[in-house]
Amino acid sequence: MINVTINGDQHSLDKAVCLVDLLEKFDIEHDKVAIEHNLEIVPKSTFANVMVGDGDNLEIVHFIGGG
Amino acid sequence: MTDTFSVAGKEYSSRLIVGTGKYKDFGETKLAVEASGAEIVTVAVRRVNIASPGEPMLVDYLDPKKYTFLPNTAGCFTGDDAVRTLRLAREAGGWDLVKLEVLGDQKTLYPNMPETVEAAKTLIKEGFQVMVYCTDDPIQAKVLEDIGCCAIMPLGAPIGSGLGIQNPVGIRIIVEQANVPVLVDAGVGTASEAAQAMELGCDAVLMNTAIAEAKDPIRMARAMNHAVQAGRDAYLSGRMPKKLYADPSSPLAGLI
Repeated sequence: MINVTINGDQHSLDKAVCLVDLLEKFDIEHDKVAIEHNLEIVPKSTFANVMVGDGDNLEIVHFIGGG
Repeated sequence: MTDTFSVAGKEYSSRLIVGTGKYKDFGETKLAVEASGAEIVTVAVRRVNIASPGEPMLVDYLDPKKYTFLPNTAGCFTGDDAVRTLRLAREAGGWDLVKLEVLGDQKTLYPNMPETVEAAKTLIKEGFQVMVYCTDDPIQAKVLEDIGCCAIMPLGAPIGSGLGIQNPVGIRIIVEQANVPVLVDAGVGTASEAAQAMELGCDAVLMNTAIAEAKDPIRMARAMNHAVQAGRDAYLSGRMPKKLYADPSSPLAGLI
């Protein structure tokens, strides 16, 4: 088991996963979001190569209505 | 006769930019945006709700290929937070045009200008095209233009206040001195105030609450669309001089 923080909340995962698999697990369409991994922006093209490990911090954001 | 508005190298025929917040639902947002005629819409960047996947998303209603999405930094009170937000926005959307606003105070939502200037410098260095929300102070506006902001967007009145343009003289001076587009951003409450912004010579107007919080947002969006066009035409026409006394409109010759 690994523990990761996603958008401020703790989540437990069975094992380390890449970002593509993580988005799939949470049913999030990857072309509509951006991800910050331990304060670093992750280019969309590298989602498959970036692994999420124990203690990592992720921010997953998208566009919402705003002025 | 075409009279287009150009920002960051792209031409737009509409001079109204609308926000997409505060609407009842995405369906209403879409109808209001359509009625406004806007080609640029502002959007906020927020965390995805992990707990409820499959929720409707703004991009399902407003197509980013049809509208220019202008990500904002609403809610950011430090330059660092604003820069971090816009870096994410660039990755989410894939474009460089952004609206920078660094707020200084919860109650007034006035911009923190020193933080705004520093954040703008960082963003411009990183290749962003920065449309910047600022005070109606011509000196600060010039500073922002000189560091390379692609549009200057002074507030007409506090965000969401609907008070109208409180300092028309300041806005006019900013317009006269600027070599980049100037937009009134925030404070417009009704159509006549949007027209006033355009009559002052602004290149465009940005608004959200005036439309979203009208009783009939879609009709108000249409009113704003007309007001911006009317104000622009009035500005380009060159208004008549004001006179103290009457001047008859019908000829005096031939009077019986």
